[in-house]
Amino acid sequence: MIRPDAPVLLEIRDLHASVAEQPILHGVNLTIRAGEIHAVMGRNGSGKSTLSKVLAGHPAYTVSAGSVLYRGEDLLALDPEQRARRGVFLGFQYPVEIPGVSNLEFLRVATNARRQERGEEELDTFAFEDLVRERLEVVKMDPAFLERSVNEGFSGGEKKRNEILQMALLEPLVAILDETDSGLDIDALRIVAGGVNQLASPENATLLITHYQRLLDVITPDYVHVMAAGRILRTGGKELALELEDRGYDWVDAELAALAPAPLEVG
Amino acid sequence: MVAVSWTEPVTALAAWGAALVADLDGAMDGAIGGDSDGAIGGAPELASAAGPGADANGADANGADANGAAGSRLPADSDPAAPSPLSASPLAPSSAGDPAAPALESRRQAQRRLQREPLPSRRQEPWRFTDTAALAAIRPARFSGEDRRLAALAAEALPPPQAGWCRLLLDGASDPLAGVSLPEGVEPLPDDQWAACLPAADASEEEPWIGAIAAAAGPLLALRVRAEAMARLELVSEAGAATGVLPLQLLLLLEPGARLELLQVHRAAGASLTAVQARIAVGAGAQLQHGLIAQGNDDGVFAADLALRQGFGSQVAFSSVVSGWGLSRLEPRLVQEAGGARSRLRSLQRCDRRQVADQHSAVRFEGPEGQLDQLHKAIAAGSGRSVFNGAVAVPRAAQRTDAAQLSRSLLLSDRARIDTKPQLEIVADDVKCAHGATVTRLQQEELFYLRSRGISAATAGELLLRGFCAEVLQELPEAAALWQPLHHLLGEEAPAP
Repeated sequence: MIRPDAPVLLEIRDLHASVAEQPILHGVNLTIRAGEIHAVMGRNGSGKSTLSKVLAGHPAYTVSAGSVLYRGEDLLALDPEQRARRGVFLGFQYPVEIPGVSNLEFLRVATNARRQERGEEELDTFAFEDLVRERLEVVKMDPAFLERSVNEGFSGGEKKRNEILQMALLEPLVAILDETDSGLDIDALRIVAGGVNQLASPENATLLITHYQRLLDVITPDYVHVMAAGRILRTGGKELALELEDRGYDWVDAELAALAPAPLEVG
Repeated sequence: MVAVSWTEPVTALAAWGAALVADLDGAMDGAIGGDSDGAIGGAPELASAAGPGADANGADANGADANGAAGSRLPADSDPAAPSPLSASPLAPSSAGDPAAPALESRRQAQRRLQREPLPSRRQEPWRFTDTAALAAIRPARFSGEDRRLAALAAEALPPPQAGWCRLLLDGASDPLAGVSLPEGVEPLPDDQWAACLPAADASEEEPWIGAIAAAAGPLLALRVRAEAMARLELVSEAGAATGVLPLQLLLLLEPGARLELLQVHRAAGASLTAVQARIAVGAGAQLQHGLIAQGNDDGVFAADLALRQGFGSQVAFSSVVSGWGLSRLEPRLVQEAGGARSRLRSLQRCDRRQVADQHSAVRFEGPEGQLDQLHKAIAAGSGRSVFNGAVAVPRAAQRTDAAQLSRSLLLSDRARIDTKPQLEIVADDVKCAHGATVTRLQQEELFYLRSRGISAATAGELLLRGFCAEVLQELPEAAALWQPLHHLLGEEAPAP
């Protein structure tokens, strides 16, 4: 939902970042307003996942230039946990397995950290269990997964559902979903996408990072951005995704070649 | 760091064992001198505790042992209120110096060994990575009267036993069975059956040195679990602020088909050595769930030699959690005598500051189709030093053995050190044996995942550490919860009960 007067949630300006001294992002610009769903598409190595990690504050990534404002605040100055508590959520492409840590306990500690930030009361075990059972509905998840260790032994689809369950509990204002569709069969994709659609509201925004059009068949984006060589090359509406589906990414190379001096070593 | 410990007090090290034996022998000579109060082992004060019944039993024991008669001198259904024969004579020699008494002979061998051999040093292969300076600093003598008072004081503050569990308090001096009503099917082990638990007379040279400390004092407790019985036992030692040596030799026989849940708990808050030697024979088809919790302090030393012999078709699950000791050395040694048994080993050790935590485990299959599933975990923080050596022997007779050993260590500081070494000797050719070892820091991806959900770095680290421990803690017997093993492991103040 595009409303030109909606408040800006995230404003990325000329963002440059590197990992292991390898520059990956070369000047990303992106403005996201409340109510909007953005999709970032691009090939492997175009910098999509790096963008998501940098926004979430992964310590392995270094920002060398540029800025990110989240609701007017310098996001890059915050620790990962502070970003999460303020409402920035990263849905992982590969959710991490944590043996020995109960999923339920993890969800409760995370939810309470966010609630505390919002000035809400912490939930005790019983109250939290009521809440989590209600939110399980969003992704039609079996409560048995609450009793297991975080993501341990979960199938790909179960891990992604667990990600969306966390999103449902944390109620972020900006949700960045990194390849949430990867590894999902068509049924799981519908369930996960259904969850994302349910959680989208005029107050929050979603940034989908994906390779494929098929996710955008079930979640309709307001904007589609094509990323290449660490920057956003083109921005359009949902029809841009369809065009990519038809034409592939070859035209991207042509456009990149026309840009000079482009840092082509990225890949 | 080590050189200093080992070049300087060499004479003291050589004399340590001899000094301890002299102290133990003082008690023993009195016993073997055999005055009319009955033959008493290491602790003369037992005589009065056990009362007059002791004399008769002691005499009886003499007869039984002297000719090796097989008959039990115990009534099948002994009155729990009556003092047990064993209580009167932790070590009941048949007569002074009679080598036919296996327990006495075993004790003498242990004493000779302590007299002959100095404290182990890093020049010896099994101690290559383990600094024994903390052990050398222990006064080589049993607890004095004042020490026993300190230990008793600490024991008063112990949590009450869990319902359904029978607790035996081991103070190294008084009779653990005094005033205790043993669970049905558990009874003192007649001393003519001690040999079933003791090592063969010619095997003592291969026994761990640390086992000799408790063995030199003689058995403190010897029990059997009757065939088909089911029981739960908690054996607790609390040294409190006492200093000196607490020798605990324990003999346990599980008859065929018996089932036992056993929890050993050893605690100390002073410069003491808790020296355990447990010899456990698990009969055919019997099941033992065995937990061990050892919670120490920077001056304390824990040394445990646990020898388990498994009969055909038996099942043993042994889980240990050792933390907080200046030096700990745990040697679980398991033999599947006829193969065809199942062994599950889980262990967790943590060392911090300048502590040394060492486990040397040894599993041997002497028949075919045995199974082993072993997981050893270690956490090294501060300048702590963790050592693991896991030996598995699969000789030719042990075809179709299925053994897996995994060592996972967590390094929490740059000054900490971890040495871990699987040691597989496989001669049989039709076997499945796997082993692996990892040493890692807290996983950055796991930390970031938790932090990206709003969990602070400190809480995330703690959650991961708890998760690391949980895998072993969850396998301890139920009564372990009383002892709050996680709090002790993480060095936290235990919450008020």
